[in-house]
Amino acid sequence: MSDSYEEIKYEQVEQGQSLPDLSYEVTATTVVLGALASRDFRPMHHDRDFAQNRNGIQDIFLNTPNQAAWFERYLTDWTGPKGRLGRIKFRMKNSVFPGDTMTFVGKVDAVSTDDQGCGWVELSVNLSVGDRTVTDCTARVAVPKDEEDNPWNRKGDAWKP
Amino acid sequence: MSDEIPEEVRSWIGQERYQEKGEFPVEQGYIWTTCASVENGNPLYWDETVAQEITEGPIAMPTMISLWFRPHFWAPGRTEVAQPLQVHFDLKEKLGLPEAVMTDNTIVFGEPVRPGDRLETSQILHSVSGPKTTKLGAGRFWEIEVRYRNQNGDQVGAEHYTGFGYNRAKKEGE
Repeated sequence: MSDSYEEIKYEQVEQGQSLPDLSYEVTATTVVLGALASRDFRPMHHDRDFAQNRNGIQDIFLNTPNQAAWFERYLTDWTGPKGRLGRIKFRMKNSVFPGDTMTFVGKVDAVSTDDQGCGWVELSVNLSVGDRTVTDCTARVAVPKDEEDNPWNRKGDAWKP
Repeated sequence: MSDEIPEEVRSWIGQERYQEKGEFPVEQGYIWTTCASVENGNPLYWDETVAQEITEGPIAMPTMISLWFRPHFWAPGRTEVAQPLQVHFDLKEKLGLPEAVMTDNTIVFGEPVRPGDRLETSQILHSVSGPKTTKLGAGRFWEIEVRYRNQNGDQVGAEHYTGFGYNRAKKEGE
């Protein structure tokens, strides 16, 4: 096994456990890069004039697929590369604009093993800017049960996301 | 707005529609660009040895799933803007609801997506609510599922969207 990365194992995870916070200063480049990386060419994600005068909002804002990518990065920073996303659900309440410092805060809601022996962690992640909640996310992530286990090897009926 | 859901819209419920192939194969460049956009240093996407060891070769970030179906901004002969979630736009038109927002998004992940894959998609309308009024205006909620498969027929993911189509609420003085 490679020793080039760290990973979390099922036995190390407990209900109520907190994940390390992640803060990031968002610029116009963050928003535009995220939109174009996800092939979202709609002007409210790169054209401030359009965002202000057509959408009536203060500035261009982070798009949905890129927010999903931020949540994934936050979760797998914690699990390491063997952490495998089963499902994420998010509800957007506000937007992230250039000049904002966005902060991700996460905690473990539950830990369980399914009937195929896969170890699952259920998490809540909150994305906020200052006192403003932007997006609430819940996620279900598979982590290795032991040294030999690798959730990515699960296929067909053995994968129950 | 009538309380009745038009018969045509009702007929879409539960029907798998818009079965389409992506316009281009899954490509490594977008994977790196997306990782760069969120500063994702997961070695699965940057270290071939780790990718081989854990996922039997390179894969895409799972949350990139919808990217592979976003149409080119321009293509020869195209006269109309292609929409990536056509059922949503069909509903807006047929129900006479010019504005719409997505309120909830759930993504379920299946087999990993790999560079070179040619993915296919389809869209299913699961439900349309009765008339509802929110602070945005009067309209309806709907639930749409988008299914994604690879060239082998394996399900690589599914997205569930809740949308709210509406006519804007009039503000005082309007």
